[in-house]
Amino acid sequence: MSTYFLKRILYVVPITLAVSFFCFSLVHLSPGDPMDAVVSADAPREVVAMVERAYGFDRPLPEQFALWVSRALQGDLGLSAANGRAVTTEVFAALKNTLLLALAASLIGFTLGCTFGLLAGYWQGSLLDRLVTGFAVGGVSVPHYWLGMLLVIVFSVELNWLPSSGAGPGSSNDWAFEWAYLRHLILPAVTLSVIPMGVVTRTVRAMVAEILAHEFVEALRAKGLAEKRVFLHVVKNVAPTALAVMGLQLGYLLGGSILVETVFSWPGTGLLLNNAIFQRDLPILQGTILVLALFFVLLNLIVDLAQARLDPRIQRS
Amino acid sequence: MNVTPMVTSDPRDRGGKAQPLLRVKGLRKHFVIKRDLLGRPLSRVHAVDGIDFEVRKGETLGIVGESGCGKSTTARLLMHLLQPDGGEVIFDGDPVGTRGGLSLREMRRQMQMVFQNSYASLNPRMTIEESIAFGPQVHGVGRRESRQRARRLLDQVGLLPERFAQRYPHELSGGQRQRVNIARALALEPRLLILDEAVSALDKSVEAQVLNLLGDLKQEYGLTYLFISHDLNVVRYISDRVMVMYLGKVAEVGDSEALYRAPAHPYTRALMSAMPSLEPGRRTQTAPLAGDPPNPIDLPPGCRFCPRCPLAVDLCRASEPELAALPGGGHLSACHRAGEVQAEVSNPQPSVEESVR
Amino acid sequence: MSLTLDTAVSPMAAPPAEQGYWRSVFARLRRDPVAMIAGLILLAIVLMAIFAPWLAPQSPYSTSMLSRLQPIGSPGFPLGSDELGRDVLSRLIHGARLSLLIGVMPVINAFVIGSAIGIVAGFVGGRTNTVIMRVIDVFYAFPAVLLAIALAGALGAGLVNSLFSLTVVFIPPIARVAESVTTQVRNVDYIEAARASGARSLTIIRRHVLGNVLGPIFVYATSLISVSMILASGLSFLGLGARPPMPEWGLMLNTMRDAIYVNPWVTVLPGMMIFTVSICFNMLSDGLRSAMDVKL
Repeated sequence: MSTYFLKRILYVVPITLAVSFFCFSLVHLSPGDPMDAVVSADAPREVVAMVERAYGFDRPLPEQFALWVSRALQGDLGLSAANGRAVTTEVFAALKNTLLLALAASLIGFTLGCTFGLLAGYWQGSLLDRLVTGFAVGGVSVPHYWLGMLLVIVFSVELNWLPSSGAGPGSSNDWAFEWAYLRHLILPAVTLSVIPMGVVTRTVRAMVAEILAHEFVEALRAKGLAEKRVFLHVVKNVAPTALAVMGLQLGYLLGGSILVETVFSWPGTGLLLNNAIFQRDLPILQGTILVLALFFVLLNLIVDLAQARLDPRIQRS
Repeated sequence: MNVTPMVTSDPRDRGGKAQPLLRVKGLRKHFVIKRDLLGRPLSRVHAVDGIDFEVRKGETLGIVGESGCGKSTTARLLMHLLQPDGGEVIFDGDPVGTRGGLSLREMRRQMQMVFQNSYASLNPRMTIEESIAFGPQVHGVGRRESRQRARRLLDQVGLLPERFAQRYPHELSGGQRQRVNIARALALEPRLLILDEAVSALDKSVEAQVLNLLGDLKQEYGLTYLFISHDLNVVRYISDRVMVMYLGKVAEVGDSEALYRAPAHPYTRALMSAMPSLEPGRRTQTAPLAGDPPNPIDLPPGCRFCPRCPLAVDLCRASEPELAALPGGGHLSACHRAGEVQAEVSNPQPSVEESVR
Repeated sequence: MSLTLDTAVSPMAAPPAEQGYWRSVFARLRRDPVAMIAGLILLAIVLMAIFAPWLAPQSPYSTSMLSRLQPIGSPGFPLGSDELGRDVLSRLIHGARLSLLIGVMPVINAFVIGSAIGIVAGFVGGRTNTVIMRVIDVFYAFPAVLLAIALAGALGAGLVNSLFSLTVVFIPPIARVAESVTTQVRNVDYIEAARASGARSLTIIRRHVLGNVLGPIFVYATSLISVSMILASGLSFLGLGARPPMPEWGLMLNTMRDAIYVNPWVTVLPGMMIFTVSICFNMLSDGLRSAMDVKL
């Protein structure tokens, strides 16, 4: 284990603390008395007393933070101000659905992005390249919540092929790998996939073009090496970066799915957040953001470590 | 160049001709190159490792050495572009940057520098005139006045002001840019000009022109030059005295002619034997320098030239030689066997070769 | 001066007439058809926003229960009407004002603040730089959308809060770019030369650093406008930005969403506008980047 790995792993500690502090402070950022932010106005007296004890709002801020962190470490992120259920349970139930959505979207985006990027990079300057490049710019420029609505109009309203909202028959949240459920995943996943598609396409295209411009590729070709070998060489060089980009995109999707989940009423963290915002349910807001951000930190760590393993040059810089 | 300055009485002159313009004592700079997890230094490079020298009024002192020997670091330390870790810089009797001494700002009026990379040392977004006028403006000269000065200087370095003043650096050739850099350095009316590889990147013909220009300017303004270069021919041509540096230390200092005729350090001798010469009678006699300089991070305990020296004996490996004057005065060498080296070079039959395996 | 034999001043070697940096950038930009078209469309939309009251056929606020949810091409409602019978065309034209404002302002704010932070960090270097950049790193632990929503969600709905949240989102990336270009510039000889001439840090930053770093930072900032447009309208879409009955594209998308089965193609129009502005900014930014030859 090199010092780079050690440093990178240790670096997670301060970041995690800072992220926790940010989430902790959200309750205090919210206008008005923090007590009002974490407990509903009509809560019974004993609940109010319990919450008061748990948060310790009368104590100094650092102490409150320490208290909050120690509770969070035990898996206690408080109770929803709206329905009194445990935040942890709510968040993890929703996280499962969001992960599923984000993974599906990443898979679509990655596959399409790599294909488009390779094609465009190989035939740089061709009509195909222009089309793909335009498509990629569109992918990163499109308001995906609007794209979602477009897809609903085409495939649900006009064609009536696919369901427009929910996660399963009867709006059931118990998701299963059956066609009845999978149908609900298609539209949101495709909608969400355009961003990673655009980003991956651009990255792969640029890298392929760069590699092909290298002299050693010319040399390989001059040696009479089959195009297939050149292609394999390109893939081997592009793959690590493309995977790293994808890894980060997966993280962005986890956070970015809120708008798409709202459009499709997909019962994930985004919808949870959206509802929390409307009901001014700060504990849910805080808990969801903490879990998502920590997930993102972890993902970043994995991507960095994996990339360092694949490309030793990174460790030195 | 052996010219006596026409301007003899500079009102800023303090100690007269006898006082060196610049005196450097024990100048040191270490770079930390590796730190542990807590940021404590693990290893350092001794870029400049305690050097002493002086620059006399009106002379040109050449500094030579391989790349990485600390020449450029020395220049930057003198200008205080880098903070020295130790040592003293005394300008015309005044210590620089200490209480009661010469302030850095004042020092920079009197000491200016021309950098090697003619392009990088000019702001690409400024016209030539603006670049030259910047220094005087910083020191409170009015806008119009400093522009006039810039144009005058352009003329003086051989660039027609009406044609070049409004141009941008990328529109000039390397030689032209270096002329601009010289004009920029002179805009503050310095007494000492440090030329850090100032002509090294130029074509030979352009280099000669710039060297001539430097000679003319020196005479006109009564300047003193510190001329840093890796090119021994150029240094010999322009310098009154020469200082040879090796791995952050002074190996040898002496009058240009004497040093080139009879080097008193095996390193100098090796450098000279690697010097290209057009005269068939003066072709390389001794062995050229073998191997690379030792890693400046972990230096050998004794003389730092030991690992590459054909003359090294046990004494050299055990103790580091001090810079000491040779008989006759004015010529100093940091070698235990300086006398022998000098004798051998004067002797046309080099017996040194036997010790070279 | 006796410099008769000087190739340096021979007329042959004289470079072409002097050309300012920005002039050459715009000359190159003009030769880029995609960027020019994008720029013209944006110009048209900006003009539309400025002259909205004169261009819009109706008031964006006048409701009519009788003419609710008219389809595209209805008499008096060329682009249909919304759930309260307001003219969609008029609302789209008026909506450009607020949508552009809340989309572009955060990037402008972040450009000013982020550049200042990054340039100071990069120029000072050392420990100060490390501390500043580590704090900036913390914001990278959040995906941009999540950060914006967390802040806007905690602060509560409203235009000012949405502007503030998005500004916070864009400061870290701009500061990072500013720091990295400044660090590069700081190590170039002309900064050393300026310091050697005795100039103070502030003078050096003003005269030598700014001119060389603001260009690349600006190009980077323009590339963020597209994201900012999407996010700003997205916040309104979630009900966190503009409040009804303000004409704002994201908010219009939200309120008309319920009519998706009744009047689907009218519903799509506000999003079309966001998409157009966003993609034009992206293409203009790409063009600007290659015209200025900025590598980030």
